[in-house]
Amino acid sequence: MKCISAAFSAATFLFTLACAAPMAARAADGKLLLTGGVSSIDGAAGGGLTPWALIGSYGSVGQWGASAFATRVQTRDYTLDDFGVAAGFGERFELSLARQSFDTKDTGTALGIPGLTLKQNILGAKLRVLGDAVLDSDTWVPAVAVGLGAKRLDAGALSPTLAALGAKENGVDLYASATKLFLAQGVLANVTLRYTKANQNGLLGFGGTAHGNASLQPEVSLAWLVRRTVAVGAEYRVKPDKLNPSALGAGLREDDWKDLFIAWAPNKTVSVTAAYVDLGRIVPAVQARRQTGGYLSLQLSY
Amino acid sequence: MTTIFSSALVALLITTGAAQAQTSVVSVDPLFEALGGKPGIARLVDDLVPRLAADPRIGPSFKETNLRELNRQLGDQFCVVAGGPCRYEGGSMKDAHAALRIDKADFNRLVELLQDAMDARAIPFADQNRLIARLAPMHRDVITVH
Repeated sequence: MKCISAAFSAATFLFTLACAAPMAARAADGKLLLTGGVSSIDGAAGGGLTPWALIGSYGSVGQWGASAFATRVQTRDYTLDDFGVAAGFGERFELSLARQSFDTKDTGTALGIPGLTLKQNILGAKLRVLGDAVLDSDTWVPAVAVGLGAKRLDAGALSPTLAALGAKENGVDLYASATKLFLAQGVLANVTLRYTKANQNGLLGFGGTAHGNASLQPEVSLAWLVRRTVAVGAEYRVKPDKLNPSALGAGLREDDWKDLFIAWAPNKTVSVTAAYVDLGRIVPAVQARRQTGGYLSLQLSY
Repeated sequence: MTTIFSSALVALLITTGAAQAQTSVVSVDPLFEALGGKPGIARLVDDLVPRLAADPRIGPSFKETNLRELNRQLGDQFCVVAGGPCRYEGGSMKDAHAALRIDKADFNRLVELLQDAMDARAIPFADQNRLIARLAPMHRDVITVH
């Protein structure tokens, strides 16, 4: 399983570089600051929690660009570490890879698995279908993109439990996003519709005995460009809640995710995003507290 | 009697004239004012044109350009777009750029240089965005390489 994941990762990256070769001539700096978005936790460009219809990196039409990110989310009882890379081609196509590592801490111990860390690999692909989020300031037409996140969970010793709950260990999120920067007002709005059955974004598998099918979940982001280098905003993600009910009753119900963020990009090489997050309840059967806390992300761009 | 009537008529005309003058002052586009009117726009363009010509990326596009003429035309265009009392007498955007190889990165670079010039003129960020919002749709006529 690990070999396949590693090979898959390597192959994807080599594919990415091969595609980039013809356009390799220019360093990608053709987009305005912050208009490549930041790296979401699944690796796709957008906000912190949600993919947007912006293609990642600073590569504009006829260019390609790449970025790498490291994110830590620290809530009251859990920690999520997240790393990844992304490549953007000609403001049209984006590929991303993310690796999440979720430390369950005391909850793992309570479940009889001390030190339980859930790991998830996510391969993302996104295609901007129409529109320009920034320059089409005389029309209501947003940029629209479609994308997918192919997710594979390594649940470690929790695997048998997930199987018993009817949750699979891999799944594919499909989404469509519409994004527009209202230039005159300096306000960006995004709506994403995600077709998913991921439990806690995939960290607790996909689907459940009671709910085996995916469903459409809306996600919205609103950001205000305070200056060229700074944006502040908020996001809200509706979650599918497929493990509710389960063999544990409502003990694995999940809540919507939300955040308030500030993103700072002093130049086209580095950006930092800090956020207050509210991930709601995670395994409330064991830990009933709302998982509020901090989010910090660093993104480097080439 | 005629004198009183004439005086009243003159007084009425002056009052009406003053009221009209007041109406046209009130209806000036706030963006035009925020840019400092014609003199402010002239100073902005004076700051911008050397930046365009000196830029390593898009400077070469201006090699054959009469910069004084460009200065005048940009000034007129910004004035018109900002709602000022001007007339733009240059060619269409499409004609002006048809012979040049301009891609999206070049256009975005122009926007950045305009932002730099507006920063140098201490134009507030919100007003900068308002001006850029009125100019941005020109990308469809200016960008020649897709």
